[in-house]
Amino acid sequence: MAAPTIHELTAAFARGEQSPVAVAESYLARIDTLDGRVGAYLTVMRDEALSAARASEARYRAGAPLGPLDGAPVALKDVFCTRGVRTTCGSRILESFVPPYDATMVERLRTAGAVILGKTNMDEFAMGSSTEHSAFHVTRNPWDLTRVPGGSSGGSAAAVAGGLAAGAFGTDTGGSVRQPAAFCGVVGLKPTYGRVSRYGLIAFASSLDHVAPFALDIVDTALLLGAVAGHDPLDATSVEAPVPDYVAALAGGVKGLRIGVPDEYFGAGLDPEIDRAVRAAIDVLRDRGATIERVSLPSTAYGVATYYIVAPAEASSNLARYDGVKYGLRVPGKDLIDMASRTRAAGFGAEVKRRIMLGTYALSAGYHEAYYGQAQKVRTLVRREFEAAFARVDLLAAPTTPGVAFTHGDKADPLAMYMNDVYTIPASMTGLPAVSVPCGFNAAGLPIGLQLIGRALDEPTLLRAAHAYEQATPWRHRSPALG
Amino acid sequence: MISRDDVEHVARLARLALSAAEAERMREQLSGILDYIDTLRALDTAGVEPTSHAVPLVNVMRDDETRPCLPPDVVLANAPDPSDAFFRVPRIIEE
Repeated sequence: MAAPTIHELTAAFARGEQSPVAVAESYLARIDTLDGRVGAYLTVMRDEALSAARASEARYRAGAPLGPLDGAPVALKDVFCTRGVRTTCGSRILESFVPPYDATMVERLRTAGAVILGKTNMDEFAMGSSTEHSAFHVTRNPWDLTRVPGGSSGGSAAAVAGGLAAGAFGTDTGGSVRQPAAFCGVVGLKPTYGRVSRYGLIAFASSLDHVAPFALDIVDTALLLGAVAGHDPLDATSVEAPVPDYVAALAGGVKGLRIGVPDEYFGAGLDPEIDRAVRAAIDVLRDRGATIERVSLPSTAYGVATYYIVAPAEASSNLARYDGVKYGLRVPGKDLIDMASRTRAAGFGAEVKRRIMLGTYALSAGYHEAYYGQAQKVRTLVRREFEAAFARVDLLAAPTTPGVAFTHGDKADPLAMYMNDVYTIPASMTGLPAVSVPCGFNAAGLPIGLQLIGRALDEPTLLRAAHAYEQATPWRHRSPALG
Repeated sequence: MISRDDVEHVARLARLALSAAEAERMREQLSGILDYIDTLRALDTAGVEPTSHAVPLVNVMRDDETRPCLPPDVVLANAPDPSDAFFRVPRIIEE
C-alpha cells in the first residue's frame, strides 16, 4: 500500500480519525526499524518531533489547527540551520556545529505546525549527485538498496520514498532535488530563484542555491512550497512577489497549454528506456489537451562546463569561512594560515577540496576572464535561449536525468558524476522553476522522472501541468517493498 | 593542462594543506575536468554581457537601524577557543 500523503494525513487529523502524536510515533518507529538499511537520516529529532506533535494534537482538539501542514511529519536536509539541533552539512568540519538560530524556512515550517522528524544525509556541502560524498555514511535507494538515491539531497529523497517522512526539503543547486526525486520515484520541485529565502541555509553557490521540497504528490508539493515561499528581509535576493495559493492553482488541467520539447534533451547519452517513458508522458499531456512543439536550446551541451566553473567559484568563496576560528573544527597550527590550512585539510572531504581548488583556480589572476568571465557570458546565452523558447511555449518537458539510479561506487570518476546533471543544470543557471514527477519505471523496476520547466515565478502553471499528468497516470500508487 | 606548481599555488590561495600524494591526484583530476571545461572557449561570446545572477535585483537597501542580534555567549557557544567575548587565534603580530 502506498504511504499516506501529507494532505491525507492532515485531513484525517482534522476529522479526528488520526492523531498527530500516533502518526509521529509510527514514523519514528519506522525510522528505528528501517533506517539502519536506508541511511536517510543523520540526526533523528525524536523528542522535538513528539513535543511538536503533542502541540499539534492540542490544536486539533481545540478546533484550531494552523493549516494543512499542521502535524505533518517532515524531514530536513542537514543543510538547514535548526536552532539547538546539530547541523553538519554532511561534513566533518561542522560535525559538532549547533546553530543558534533557525533558517527562515524552518521557522516558517514550525509556524505552519509541521513536525520535524530529523535531519537527513547529503553529499558534503551539497556537492555531489549520489550522497556518497557524505562524511558520515552512504544512503541507499529504497527501490534497490544496492543503488544510490541520487544527490546531493539523497537522504531527504530516500526518506520520502521509503515512508520515513511524509514530505521533506532539500536544496537544489544543479539538480540536487530533481535528480534524487527522479532516482527515488517521488516529486521534487525547484522553485524560481528567490521564491524561498536562503537565510539559514548553509551556502554552497549563492547564485544557484534553491530551497526545494520533496513530496509524494503534487498537492503536497504545492502545500510545502506555499508554507515556505515569500519575501524575507534577511535574504536580499528573495523576491517581493506575492505568494499565490498553489493548491487552488492546481485545478484546470493542461487544455490549451503549449508545451515545448527541447531537441537537445533527447540526444546521445539518454537511456533509451527513459527516452521512451518521457515521450510517453508527453503523449499523455497531448492527450489531455496540451499542444506539443519542438524547441531548440542549443547551449544545453555547454551547461555542465559552465556550471562547473560558476558553482565551484562561488563555493570557493563561500567556504572560505571554514577557517577554524569562529565555529566548527579547529586543527592547531603554528600561525593563523597554518591553522586554517590544516583545519580545512582535515575537515573537508575529497570532492569539496576538488571544487574549492577548481573554483580558486577559475578565479585566480590570469584565469579569471577565461573561465569565470566566459562562464558568466555563456550563462547569458543559456538564459536568452530559454527566453526565446518561452516566447512560444508555456512549459518545457524533458527527462530529469540521462540515466536511472546507479550502483554505489559506479561513478568514481568526478567528471562522470558531473555529467548526471546535464538536464537539470540549465534551469538552475536560469533560476527557472522546474519539477521532477515520476513517469514510470524501467524494466528493472527503477523509477524514471519527467522534468517540467516553467517561466520565472510561474509555479502555478508548472504545478497544474504536473498535477494533470499525475492524475492521469498510476505511478504515484507504487511504493518500494522496504517492509 | 595544469602543473604541480599551479596546484600548489592554488592550494596555498585556498588555504588547503595537501599531501604530496593528494596534490598529484588533484593535478590529474583537475586536468581532466579543465580539459572538459575548455570546450567553453570555442563559444563566441563577443558582445555578450555576463549574467551573475538569475534574478535582476540591484542594490537591495534597508533602513540603517539597530536590530536585535544574538548575545555574545550564544555566538561563542560554537567557538573552538573562546576567551571572554572573543575568538582566540594564534598570535599574528610578532612581539
